[in-house]
Amino acid sequence: MPKTKIITSDQSEGRELTFEILKYNPTDPESKPHLATYKIRETPGMTLFVALNMIREDLDPDLAFDFVCRAGICGSCGMMVNGKPLLACRTRTADYPEGKIRLMPMPAFELIKDLSVITGQWMDRMSRRVESWVHKQEERNYSRIEAPVEPDRADATFELDRCIECGICVAACATALMRPDFVGAVGLNRIARFEADPHDERNDADFYELVGDDAGIFGCMSLLSCEDHCPKNLPLQEKIAYMRRKLASVK
Amino acid sequence: MSDLIEGYLGKRADGTKSRMPALLDRWQSITGLILGLFIIGHMFFTSSILLGKEAMYKETKLFEGSLFLEKPEPALVSIAAALIFLVFIVHAGLAMRKFPYKYREYKMLKTHAAHMGHTDTILWMLQAGTGFAMFFLGSAHLWTMVAIPDKIGPYASADRIYSEHYGVLYALLIAAVVIHAMVGLYRLSVKWGIAVGPRPRAGRRRNKKMMWGAILFFSLMAYAALATYWQIGREHRGSYGERYTPSAMQNRGDVL
Ligand code: SF4
Ligand code: FES
Repeated sequence: MPKTKIITSDQSEGRELTFEILKYNPTDPESKPHLATYKIRETPGMTLFVALNMIREDLDPDLAFDFVCRAGICGSCGMMVNGKPLLACRTRTADYPEGKIRLMPMPAFELIKDLSVITGQWMDRMSRRVESWVHKQEERNYSRIEAPVEPDRADATFELDRCIECGICVAACATALMRPDFVGAVGLNRIARFEADPHDERNDADFYELVGDDAGIFGCMSLLSCEDHCPKNLPLQEKIAYMRRKLASVK
Repeated sequence: MSDLIEGYLGKRADGTKSRMPALLDRWQSITGLILGLFIIGHMFFTSSILLGKEAMYKETKLFEGSLFLEKPEPALVSIAAALIFLVFIVHAGLAMRKFPYKYREYKMLKTHAAHMGHTDTILWMLQAGTGFAMFFLGSAHLWTMVAIPDKIGPYASADRIYSEHYGVLYALLIAAVVIHAMVGLYRLSVKWGIAVGPRPRAGRRRNKKMMWGAILFFSLMAYAALATYWQIGREHRGSYGERYTPSAMQNRGDVL
């Protein structure tokens, strides 16, 4: 086990926070996965975004992590915070009264370095697998105004369209971790989204072709960790059950 | 022919995906539901000993067909146990698909469940573990019921538990079956979205509370019953093998 370096910064009056962060660069043969410990002072209203930047600024310029929007919109900052998958930009250090925070990259996705993973690859595979686009027979004429959609149906579609592809539901799901080919809650939610969309002409049998197997809807073990961790509060429990009922009765 | 095509291609002869996974998932749930409900009834019946030997005796005879047969017929118990055994085997076979088989899968699950501290994930691990334990515990018990069905009764059961050392088996079986069945019934409700009501999230919270309540209630009841049988068996150890005679027959000097 490589020795962990303890680096301290002592700039402000806040309480001392101890971060244990996984350091590992899989592309560097010299690099060995280990937890590095950093101590910083808490500032008012501090989020993990602030803390990680402070650590990189003052203590370890080599630390890799991702943030884009810092507002819970882009889905790039998912990581395991004390074992739970969370959006780091929306996680406050004040939520950890012990002052000890362990950060790990999300499992299930390919690791780039330290806390940075590629969710895009996984999501791209999922999108192609569930054919995540509107399927319509007739050619679309873009110069014409779109046909109106019932507000209720539009709402139902938009509700499920709020997914930010952060990958948290995948990282939270033991089934997805054990079975890398499992489509995950995000994929099943996507199916439910197009099922709700009046523009999409696919029927249940078509959806069955995409996820009607043990790597799809029938592989879900209802652990509901997706539902409990989704930062967008998508109704995953309800929608997976709904799609399961529908697809289980396809003849 | 179509079997050959599906076997190799995973598709039906018309090119569409096999419907088997849907069927397997449905039957896993149906057999689970049957077993879960059966277990609830079963625990109430065996716990009738808490109301006294007389109550338990009457009930046993009821199951042996005393209402419509002249002489009670333990073979009825055998048949019922064999049917449940069959459902049990089918359920175990179907549920096994979800087990972590490889070391890597198991390691992943264990680490994740321990670090995330997510109750439903931990409960699933417990469910898989208790399910695995029941391959042995449940089979041993069910086979006893198929093979020697006439050994049920206030004294016969107590003798089995005390003098024939089934007590340990049952103590383990109760823990396994109560957790497995109650968590399983809760999971069925969220898995299919049944019995969760119009607000699924609130429905899940309610069902989960009911699950915890049921685990507590059935554990207390089943262990109290087991302790009662054990106590009766201990007192009765001198006359091991002797059957219980209900008071009505004692008066008539009739011995069954
Ligand atoms: S369903 Fe929720 S947790 Fe999963 S990727 Fe979308 S927003 Fe993230
Ligand atoms: S940085 Fe965009 S969601 Fe956190």
